[in-house]
Amino acid sequence: MNATGNNTGSEHELLRFAAAGSVDDGKSTLIGRLLYDSKSIFEDQLSVLDRTSKKRGQDTMDLSLLTDGLLAEREQGITIDVAYRYFATPRRKFIIADTPGHEQYTRNMVTGASTADLAIILIDARKGMLTQSRRHAYLAHLLGVPHLLVAVNKMDLVDFSQSVFERIQSEFATFAQGLGIKDVRYVPISALHGDMVVTRGDRLGWYHGATLLETLETVDVAGLVEHDALRFPVQLVARPDPATGRERRGYLGRIESGFVQVGDAVTVLPSGVSSRVARIFTFDGDLQHAGAPLSITLELEDEIDVSRGDMIVQTVVDAACGAAPSVTQSIAAKVCWMHTRPLDRRRHYLLKHTTRTVKASFSEIEYRVDVNSTENVTGVDTLAMNDIAHVRLRLYEPLACDNYTLNRATGSFIVIDPSNNATVAAGMIADA
Amino acid sequence: MNSLAKVHDTDTPLNVAASDHAGGDLRSASAGIKSVPQRAIRQRLSELNVLESEAIHIMREVAAGCSNPALLFSGGKDSIVLLRLAEKAFRPGKFPFPLLHIDTGHNFPEVIAFRDYRAAQLGERLIVRSVEDSIAQGRAVEQPGQGRNALQSVTLLDSIAELELDACIGGARRDEEKARAKERIFSFRDSFGQWDPKNQRPELWDLYNTRVQAGENIRVFPISNWTELDVWQYIARERLEVPSIYFSHARDVIRKPGGLLPVSALVQPRPGEKVENVHVRFRTVGDMTCTCPVESVATTLEEIIVETGATRITERGATRMDDQTSEASMELRKKEGYF
Ligand SMILES: Nc1nc2c(ncn2[C@@H]2O[C@H](COP(=O)(O)OP(=O)(O)O)[C@@H](O)[C@H]2O)c(=O)[nH]1
Repeated sequence: MNATGNNTGSEHELLRFAAAGSVDDGKSTLIGRLLYDSKSIFEDQLSVLDRTSKKRGQDTMDLSLLTDGLLAEREQGITIDVAYRYFATPRRKFIIADTPGHEQYTRNMVTGASTADLAIILIDARKGMLTQSRRHAYLAHLLGVPHLLVAVNKMDLVDFSQSVFERIQSEFATFAQGLGIKDVRYVPISALHGDMVVTRGDRLGWYHGATLLETLETVDVAGLVEHDALRFPVQLVARPDPATGRERRGYLGRIESGFVQVGDAVTVLPSGVSSRVARIFTFDGDLQHAGAPLSITLELEDEIDVSRGDMIVQTVVDAACGAAPSVTQSIAAKVCWMHTRPLDRRRHYLLKHTTRTVKASFSEIEYRVDVNSTENVTGVDTLAMNDIAHVRLRLYEPLACDNYTLNRATGSFIVIDPSNNATVAAGMIADA
Repeated sequence: MNSLAKVHDTDTPLNVAASDHAGGDLRSASAGIKSVPQRAIRQRLSELNVLESEAIHIMREVAAGCSNPALLFSGGKDSIVLLRLAEKAFRPGKFPFPLLHIDTGHNFPEVIAFRDYRAAQLGERLIVRSVEDSIAQGRAVEQPGQGRNALQSVTLLDSIAELELDACIGGARRDEEKARAKERIFSFRDSFGQWDPKNQRPELWDLYNTRVQAGENIRVFPISNWTELDVWQYIARERLEVPSIYFSHARDVIRKPGGLLPVSALVQPRPGEKVENVHVRFRTVGDMTCTCPVESVATTLEEIIVETGATRITERGATRMDDQTSEASMELRKKEGYF
């Protein structure tokens, strides 16, 4: 969507990032600025923007209006739900999860962060680090977002002061270190005027780091998976059909992590039965080997019982193969409660993990986390919307899973209320 | 990280040529090395490959989680992409769902011809339900001067009830319109087909909640994260056929403030209106009476991609007069059951 038209190739990498900030820190302005400066805003959107700005009595075009989505949000002037936005530069394509900052919307930040490779945390230079900034950083960390980018905004209102920026940076760094957050970068910006967002401007000469967009364009996306043993949850099983060239049963799924090749010894979990990979089928032809995140169809040498919800992993013969997942009926996890109807520990819920759905109950709530102080609160026996807690779940059938910090795909789950099918919680396995 | 991992980390992205886009061209260095831990061997897939794999995964979740889905196929470019993704997800088997088209009776003949041709070519079942029938039965009421895009909702909801569908796979994208930017990939509709934007199911990771009760249904959008440019790049990469009206052709149009209105059996110039013959192409192919082409000389996919990369008007803004009526028109229509 670049006006120069030079991004017509299809060999871009994709970066998904979440943007979080407290109300009025300038998140909408920043996103509007990124879209505008990367020429991803179209004339018709601009003219609506211009008209709306004028209608509201503003004389300059308000870039933040670009991201106001739903009627209710425009009426209330706040963002309620996660919105996804897209832009591309000649180097990368970006998906932004635009998440509302308000405490009430913790669940939305959790949602946006769940798929993010990077989180931008906006801080108003005049206000410095607030409770909300801590909460945003904590949530990004909890959801395993690999990179944090702290954007100190409204630098124009503090005379582009280096010391203001450095004070916020060092305060944040202390906090981040306490949580064990590893990769944090800092950039001073003025979203309104554009300094250090896409272009450097000439008022932040003391800052020698990358602009906000440069960081987005260069941060590593390929090295995200810390866990590289094969994880292949089976989505569907296709029957043999020699008329179509399929001699064996086919296991349809996506490689969530790791790598598989023809001839590999593999094990099906939770049954533990082993076989070898006979064929890796794709519509575009057979492959000798394939890696995450490709969707493929696997065929195995032996006729063994495999169904949806099973996970195919590498057979572990020595430590070099990487760890096997745990197969367990009891897990410890961090959960975020997402529904207005609170947790009822007397009830059964459904837990969806990869492609497997099992009955589950909450056997214990060890503590609730106060997301503002990040302190643990004990003696809790229910969870309400937006609560985050460390719990223990009992499963009615075994799951093959990994700790979330090692593998986002096989360490995450959602909880469904079977009485109304609502998604009531999201969970990250802490100890499988 | 060991040394092998480093090698892979610094590799350049895979080259995706039309002929070998399966994405399986991992470095051969890793083949056969059994004792080395296979760490960090994550393919650096290009965004199109990542989006493709995501969409295949979504389609397979529909097939596994829903009992009676259908794929909405209109003959337009987005649903053409959906069909290729379904091939990638399910071949050599048959699609685990029929194709369904809600025909407004105002469709471009080239597109309808293409719809039938493509369905037959794939050997998949195509079900057509028509807005004209809904109007004849008094289920839908036509309003003069308004297109039929909105009336499709009635026919769609009736078809969902008639065919007892619990999921409809559609080709909508989040970049199309503001209200869509907030919609889930698995978008839940109540028994009246309504979308409640304030009460959507949270959607995390790639864990989709496909559960519905009788009478409810889910709209599923596998290409939510694609942009118009991605769609054209994918069509080019996959060498997919598209209806001829997507390419530049000479057409009689009436120049209106909202766009170029194509002259057809249904749209004739009013007194005083001038008909011009202009080189145009369509960016979307909806209701013939309100879908406007853009001026273009692009006669190949590559030229369309260049124009799309350089375009300054959103797809809907350029081409749908009915979406311009009010800033919130799409949201209102969606709430009533429109896609
Ligand atoms: N002076 C100045 N004002 C800014 C800057 N960024 C945002 N603002 C203003 O701060 C207000 C809140 O911005 P907005 O983007 O709506 O905040 P959001 O609630 O975080 O989305 C608006 O009036 C913006 O114009 C900046 O860099 N400098």
